[in-house]
Amino acid sequence: MPGSKRDSKDPIRLLLVDDEKGYVDVLTKRMSKRNIIVTSALSGSEAVQTLRRESFDVVVLDLKMEDMDGIEVLKIFKIMDPELPVIMLTGHGSETAAREGIQHGAFDYLTKPCDLTELIAKINEACHRGEEVLE
Amino acid sequence: MESSHYYRSLTRNMVLIMMLVSFTPLLLISGIIGYQFETSYRQKSLAHLSELVRKHQQNIDSFLIEKLSYIQVLVHSYSPDQLSDEAFLNHKLSVLQQAYGGVFVDLGLVNDEGMQVAYAGKLKLEKANYAQAEWFKRAMKRHYFISDVFLGLRRQPHFIVAVKQEWGGHQSILRATIDFEAFNSLVENIKIGETGSAFILNTAGEFQTMPRVEPFATKEFFLEIFERENRKTTEVETVDHPLGADVLPMVESYSPKEAGKMKDKTVIEGEGEFQGKSFIYVMTPLKGGEWVLVYQQDASDAFSHLYAARKLSIVILMLAGVTIGIISFFVAQKMVHYIESADKEKEMMNEQVIEAGKLASVGELAAGIAHEINNPVAVMVEEAGWMEDLLQEDEFKSGENLAEFERALKQIKTQGARCKEITHKLLSFARKTDPKIRSVELNELLEDIISISEQRARYSNVKIEKQLAEDLPFVNASPSEMQQVFLNLINNAIDAIGTNGGTITVTTRVDGGFAIVDVADTGSGIPKAMLARIFDPFFTTKPVGKGTGLGLSICYGIVKKMGGQISVNSAVGVGTTFHVYVPLPGDTGANENTPPSVA
Repeated sequence: MPGSKRDSKDPIRLLLVDDEKGYVDVLTKRMSKRNIIVTSALSGSEAVQTLRRESFDVVVLDLKMEDMDGIEVLKIFKIMDPELPVIMLTGHGSETAAREGIQHGAFDYLTKPCDLTELIAKINEACHRGEEVLE
Repeated sequence: MESSHYYRSLTRNMVLIMMLVSFTPLLLISGIIGYQFETSYRQKSLAHLSELVRKHQQNIDSFLIEKLSYIQVLVHSYSPDQLSDEAFLNHKLSVLQQAYGGVFVDLGLVNDEGMQVAYAGKLKLEKANYAQAEWFKRAMKRHYFISDVFLGLRRQPHFIVAVKQEWGGHQSILRATIDFEAFNSLVENIKIGETGSAFILNTAGEFQTMPRVEPFATKEFFLEIFERENRKTTEVETVDHPLGADVLPMVESYSPKEAGKMKDKTVIEGEGEFQGKSFIYVMTPLKGGEWVLVYQQDASDAFSHLYAARKLSIVILMLAGVTIGIISFFVAQKMVHYIESADKEKEMMNEQVIEAGKLASVGELAAGIAHEINNPVAVMVEEAGWMEDLLQEDEFKSGENLAEFERALKQIKTQGARCKEITHKLLSFARKTDPKIRSVELNELLEDIISISEQRARYSNVKIEKQLAEDLPFVNASPSEMQQVFLNLINNAIDAIGTNGGTITVTTRVDGGFAIVDVADTGSGIPKAMLARIFDPFFTTKPVGKGTGLGLSICYGIVKKMGGQISVNSAVGVGTTFHVYVPLPGDTGANENTPPSVA
């Protein structure tokens, strides 16, 4: 099953879902440099298709996208893989949406624009949580 | 002014309507009742007078019948020889005078030629010849006769009661003179009020009694009414009269004209006007219609009670009118005053609503912009980060401008962070923060905020002093919003003091349904021209890049939303004090406790 069997030394497999291409590109580059394998999806539907093909350790999901509401994407993800941790990115002042996401099983949320260090820390936390549960 | 004209006409209309509404029923009712009362009072008064007059009619008629009866008794009881005897006659006269006082003045027996053959009385009238006297001529045609009042031979008003009798083919008349004074007093007794009096007229219009009061109209006036009314009633009823011809079987000589008037009970009453003077009259026939008893009284005298009542009610009505007018005026003025102040309040509310609407739309616009800017800023910051990442690689380590690159990137990041801060504040301004209302202990909340701010304050050499009221009640508010408000105010205060050092005093107190938090600083103060604008969004006095101009707008919005008020006092060079009024729970009468408006 995706995301379930992972050695802690293996690089983290991350699915980055955001419709802002510039942001996705630069994040991909920076994260790759930090030993994270980033697969990007520029829309909700693309993300769903990607998740169907591949397995990931963690998902970073922008809640505000053109084609699909982030919460909808989250719901689909949770049906496809209930164990998969999802970190949401929200705009400032959209904490209500973020809280709704957590109710639907998201791991946590960060307000955008966020500090990369902060994001990576959150990603590591999410992966570790998976391990703790396994142990 | 347009509006003052409007309120004036409103007052006028209200006064008119109120007066109309209260006056119409008042006038209607008093008119109807007054009319009914007057009509029935007049009827009653006239009926009462009619009764009185009828009684006197009977009295007078009985007086006449009685006198006539005595003479008849004498005629029928004694022979002509006896009656011709003056001693006998004197005796009879004295008997009558004893019985009736001075009513019978004298007695006389007159033969068919008009010669008085016997006389008893004080006057020397023996052998008087009455052949040419009116009464004699008329008495000869009848069985008995009562004359009108006349002066006669003695030049004194008197009248004669005569009874004719036939003895052995010769007709003789026994006549008696009736004292005028005795008769007159019968009528003179009818006295009511100041002007009510009675008199008797004969059909020829001659007074039969002395009127106590000058008649209000000519004799013809009364007689004309009498004739007219009498004719009307005659056709309907014919009543026997004891003095009329039909009563006494032997009577043949009553003229048909006179016989037509033979009736009793007829009382003519009414109101007349003669030469501008109105009066009432009551008339009734006497002596079988030959005489008329007239009662007259001045209308204002007869209806004096009625007129007094009418005068009183008019006075009351006028007083009521004036009172209603005054009350209407004051009530209308008061109501219009209320309306005016309500209108003003509404206008002010409208202005506030517009202001709030402006703020809301500015907020929405700002939030939209903030969202849109967020993404490009995020990309920029990340790209700068990426460049920093790349600078770590060996190939750049030896570059001579490495330090400059790093500085530039750091600057990009710093400015990006500033952008982020601005957008966050904009979004705070527009977003709905956790609006959950809880019971908040303001003192505790302020202690927390002060402790958060103290570090920054120390850095700026600012001392924060607390003067917290111990018995401050709980307020119902959103804690996060309250935090935002006071954090903002304290931060502003620290900024206002600058680095030279100073004191911030946070005071809590209770006044008129509000918990009041004062945040006072010893900073530079706000110039008067700027005071009015400090709550406007994007208005800032801080140097460019230091403030967004949204802090106080947000505070203002939050405090207003919860029904409070925020105001400011400031003096340049002395300092600034912000007053935040937080409504206390259960205080619905907020109107009475309106905090002072924003300075």
